[in-house]
Amino acid sequence: MDGIIQPIIVEGNKIDPNIIRRDFPILNRQINGHRLVYLDNAATTQKPSSVINAMDEYYRFHNANVHRGLHTLAEEATTAYESTRAKIAEFIGGVKPSEIIYTRGTTESINLVAQSWGRANVGPHDRIVITQMEHHANLVPWLMLAKRAHAELEYIPINAEGYLNLDNIDTIINGNTKIVAVTQMSNVLGTINPVDRIIDRAHKVGAVVLVDGAQAVPHLPVNVKSLDADFYVFSAHKMLGPTGLGVLYGKERLLEEMEPIEFGGEMISRVQFDSAEWNILPYKFEAGTPHIAGAYGFGPALDYLTKLGMEAIRNHEIELTSYALEKLHELKYVKIFGPLDENQRGGVISFKVKDIHPHDLATVLDSYGIAVRAGHHCAQPLTNLLGEISTTRASLYIYNNKDDVDELVKGLIEARRYFGRV
Amino acid sequence: MSEPLDELYREIIMDHYHSPRGAKKLDNPDISNEGKNPSCGDEIEVALKVGDKTIDDVSVACKGCAISVASGSMLAEAIKGKSLEEVKKIASTVREMLKGNQVELSEEMGDLEVLRSVNKFPVRVKCALLSWTTLIDCLESLENEKKTKTSTTE
Ligand SMILES: Cc1ncc(COP(=O)(O)O)c(C=O)c1O
Repeated sequence: MDGIIQPIIVEGNKIDPNIIRRDFPILNRQINGHRLVYLDNAATTQKPSSVINAMDEYYRFHNANVHRGLHTLAEEATTAYESTRAKIAEFIGGVKPSEIIYTRGTTESINLVAQSWGRANVGPHDRIVITQMEHHANLVPWLMLAKRAHAELEYIPINAEGYLNLDNIDTIINGNTKIVAVTQMSNVLGTINPVDRIIDRAHKVGAVVLVDGAQAVPHLPVNVKSLDADFYVFSAHKMLGPTGLGVLYGKERLLEEMEPIEFGGEMISRVQFDSAEWNILPYKFEAGTPHIAGAYGFGPALDYLTKLGMEAIRNHEIELTSYALEKLHELKYVKIFGPLDENQRGGVISFKVKDIHPHDLATVLDSYGIAVRAGHHCAQPLTNLLGEISTTRASLYIYNNKDDVDELVKGLIEARRYFGRV
Repeated sequence: MSEPLDELYREIIMDHYHSPRGAKKLDNPDISNEGKNPSCGDEIEVALKVGDKTIDDVSVACKGCAISVASGSMLAEAIKGKSLEEVKKIASTVREMLKGNQVELSEEMGDLEVLRSVNKFPVRVKCALLSWTTLIDCLESLENEKKTKTSTTE
């Protein structure tokens, strides 16, 4: 099932993007007559051949439903599906596979917790705490829960440099707090948050913590056990895997107590005309036929990252982010949002170019084959807090190199020249 | 610089972008309507002063990219002083053109022809459309004496 993963030089514990690039067929594409410079990795990453092949092979050779058949194909599909679950459990710090729930993505994972754990445990006058830098996926479900439960929603503020301001954390996370939901890395500012401190404080007052790891797991070594996160959520498609597949990790004790929010096949152990009993973990939360091809694809994605090593990936991104920040800083008309210390941030760089609207900038860059994101990046309150309606975002990954950053800089210079012409 | 880009950001477009016409909000409009494209953050307000079946004055206040600002500015220029019937025709013709349908612009709509190149940039069509759709919704509300509700082209 494994595609061919080419040897990747790991030198000084850094990865070589130029060798990695060969595994990503899409990077050979020409866009508007230029080589593709893909800098929209925070939205979704590209896929290596091993991932694409594994999904193709599932449909060609193994296609069957899982957990339901006694025939060979069903057996093969089930084994692959469960082996990816075990890989995920290993990848985030060696938790139990039964603590890994497959979902559609980060968004569904958070909604599941808000609706199941949230509705059972959050009531009037209770408090939910999130931060000002959350993605809508980690904001709106809590807003809705707070409204429905007549609970308070409190925000941990950010400071001018784009870090969380934890000065008042003891009053914000107070005795009424039932749950704290925080992103480990901002999808706008790139800030890496001290989630360990937040978890510490939350646990002191008996609150549980959900960590949005959508931007963290793909880029940093993550160990949910040493972090002591109660829930940890992320999406496969932001880490070389397919879309439509995500993960909810939860501590067994919490998952055991929780009620499912979707009902149907697979999630039951026994059904009668007037009653139903739930299946064991993790199946209790996985009603219906899941994204089996997704699990086939996600396995090799995790293998790929494991082979490179998350430390080595992080080192590469620190180096490249620092290079990008330095180059962008040299352009006087570019304003960067977010921390400038590459050791406390990831490779997500939001910025604005004086006198050019982000959309126009994105169109000009696209004409050079450079893919960036323009908009509020699903974090409208944060973008408005920065005093903007939208920003431009370049985000890096394992296959990006200094040439990509240089192309971006050239594109920005061109755009300025172009828009300055009248 | 690439050719299609030059076609999109024509001089006329850039001129409208840098000095948009009718940008100052009318004080006492007879009707106004907001347009919003939430995913990109563009926001627009079209306001009309309506006389005896004519658009006596118009303002288009736009926070957005060059394409949405220029398109709104051209709208303001194109409809001021025209009869409601004419304006309806202009607006629906431009909308069809922006959507990529084959339409001929009449002589007096001349300048609006430059917006046709937006067709080559499918993701930007919604930017150019926003002011026109907002205007069309505004006119419909006027005709049916209904309250306006926020327009969008996403
Ligand atoms: C920090 C963060 N949280 C949540 C999400 C939502 O992820 P998904 O759209 O895969 O559910 C994203 C990405 O879009 C993200 O960057």
